This record gives sequence, C-alpha cells and structure tokens, in this order.
Amino acid sequence: MGRLVEVYLDLLSQPCRAVHILLTCTKIPHRVRTVALRKGCVMCCSDAILKYLTTKYDVPEHWYPRQPERRARVDEYTAWHHTNTRPCALCLRPPQVLLPAQSGSPVDEARLNRALSDLDDTLDKLESMFLRRQPFLCGDDITVADLLAACELMQPLGGGRDVLKERPQLQQWSTRVQSAVGEAFDEAHSVLYALRDRRRARL
Amino acid sequence: MALELYLDLFSQPCRSVYIFAKKNNISFDFKKLSLLDGQQYGEDFGKISLIRKVPALRDGDFCLAESVAIMLYLAEKFKTPDFWYPADLRQRARVNEYLSWQHTAIRMHGSKIFWLRVRSPSLICVGAVRLVMSYLSSLPFIGLLAQRESCSEPLSAWRDRVQEAVGKELFDEAHQYILGAQESVKSMDSSKMQVYKPKILRLFM
Repeated sequence: MGRLVEVYLDLLSQPCRAVHILLTCTKIPHRVRTVALRKGCVMCCSDAILKYLTTKYDVPEHWYPRQPERRARVDEYTAWHHTNTRPCALCLRPPQVLLPAQSGSPVDEARLNRALSDLDDTLDKLESMFLRRQPFLCGDDITVADLLAACELMQPLGGGRDVLKERPQLQQWSTRVQSAVGEAFDEAHSVLYALRDRRRARL
Repeated sequence: MALELYLDLFSQPCRSVYIFAKKNNISFDFKKLSLLDGQQYGEDFGKISLIRKVPALRDGDFCLAESVAIMLYLAEKFKTPDFWYPADLRQRARVNEYLSWQHTAIRMHGSKIFWLRVRSPSLICVGAVRLVMSYLSSLPFIGLLAQRESCSEPLSAWRDRVQEAVGKELFDEAHQYILGAQESVKSMDSSKMQVYKPKILRLFM
C-alpha cells in the first residue's frame, strides 16, 4: 500500500485532468509521468481508473458511493458521458479550432456550427436529466461523474470558447465542483489556461 | 411491484441486459418497446427515462438508464456469481476498462455496420452510400453476431465461448429479431424509417 501510484497523463486531455484532480484532492500518493498524446489519440477509460482509485484507496465515500442506487447514478452518468458529453466537447477541442486559425486557413464553419448545436443539445440534457435541482450531477455530493463532466466542459476554453457562458445553472454547478476540489482544479487546468492565454495574447 | 426492464431486442445494449437478467434468473417484467414505431417517445416511457433511450429499468420508484449501469446494479442487487463483475479490484478494473472502451469502439462500429448492411437500401441516398463505402473500406472490420462470415478466428472462437456460457437457447432467443432483420426490412413500411434518416447519416458524416 506504501507504493506510489504511477500515472501517465497529458493535462491537455480532459480525462487525464479528472484523474489528476482526484489524486490531488484525495492526497493519494502518486507520481505523475507527463506524456504528450499524439493528435487523435483518444483516452476512454478514465472512469475505470477513477473507480479503481476510489475503491483501492481510503477516500471519502461520496466520490463513488457504495450504496447501490447512488452508485448506479454515477455509473449511469459515466456511461452516458462517453457517447454524449465527451464527443460533443471533443469537437470543440483546441486543435480543431485553433490550428486552422494559426495556419491561416479558415475554420470549417459548418462543422463548427454543427458541433455547437450538438453540444447545446447535450448541455440541455445534462441540466434537465442529471443536474436538475441537485447541487451535483448525481446528488448532494460531488462524485467522479462531476470530475469527468467538469473537465470535459473546460476543454473548449483552450480555444477561447466558454460553453457555459449562457447557462447559469451549469455555471453554478461548475463553480461548486471547483470549490469542492480546491486548488487541484486550477493545478490540473494549468496547461489549458496557458493555451488559452497564449491564444489571447496573439489576438 | 416487479422489476421492469424496458427493452427493444433490436438494440445491442438491450440484448446484453436481457441475456444477463435471464441467465441469472432475475425475475422481471419484460416491457417490450419498438424504437422503429417511436414508442420511446410515448408519455409513459418518458416518466421512466428522460433520455428516452433503451434499455431502461424501473425498480419500485428507482429508474435507471444505460445498459452498463443497469447490469452493474442488477449484479449488485441480485448478488450474481462473482465472475460476471468480480469483487477483486484488479479484475473488476479490467471489466470497467472494457465497458468504458466499448462505448466508442465496438458499439459504434456495430451500429454503423447494422444500418449500412441491413437498413441502408431503403434509407440512404446515393451520396451517403459513397461515403459509407469509403468508411467500410478503411475499417478493420470486426464482424459481430449477425456478420458471422466476417469474424476473425480468435473473435469467432470467443463469440462461440460466450454463446456456450450463456446457453444457445437464450442466446438465440435474444438475437432472433436482429438476425431476421434483413428479411424483415423487405416488408417494412419505409416511411417509418425516414425519421431516422438524419440520425443515420450523421453516424457516417
């Protein structure tokens, strides 16, 4: 149990940030090996990693509750996340928006508009089906589901787009997530913030 | 109130839940839904599942969507044999790893192949057919279930093991509709399919 968990992370990747935040704010002893993912490399098993960590280490139970119905709510979100929140936010990830601008070629507006429309539908569902009037996606306490979703929705920020700008309910939820995890949130997002700031400086 | 499972056996995740429940002798009310008839948009189903997708579960006043979540809930509630979802941390993590990966891997490709091979003649225009053919040619195709002749040897052997472990009768029972899909589409009213056309085209674009 004294052995460090070794994690290979690229903090430009949303799922990597979720894992980083959990490790940091639960103080699970770990060593981060930074990797730079190649373009198009998709991380898809972060929820398996998060569930493994919450079960193996002595972390507060709210992250992944043991009570069956509460656990099922988290499993329900993490499953839905893969085919809803994740692909929608992926379409707005910085390379697809940023690189065309950098190279001087135009952003594919039709594709961007379609991505924004899909994301809009997904955010509607996130609000009406999961969040509803609860503080967090799966109930009164923060869970790994909130980490996955919050990190995902931060991603378009790297391309200068705040997708929660006109959604006060989700903005408040995101603020609650950030408060709940403290400094770990900004620490995990440092690379993304740097990308955003470099972009702003160029404009 | 008995446990209710809302399923359309044309859907892959529904079949997984159906087989899992039946194999483990979990007693349930089989609420058959036809996606093609748009029954997921009915008012009653909307009270069970806000996302209006199948499979869906109702256990008393607890409703749940997503096949993975449903199977894990059933495994826990009915204390199914350990091998289904091992208690050992690392073995369980391996299962979770696969369950995560399959959403955007096998599941997605299986759906695309189904729509192309079974439904597309009545649905997809010429332009889209060109696009999907180029998709198919670049895809290292993993044949599943209905595409028996295209399976690689190890996968085919694996599928046979699953079939044997589950029991041929139950396996065939769950797959009777999907395996007859190519025949049933011939007599189907194609106007029913038009509502799905935009969704299907987006799968390939």
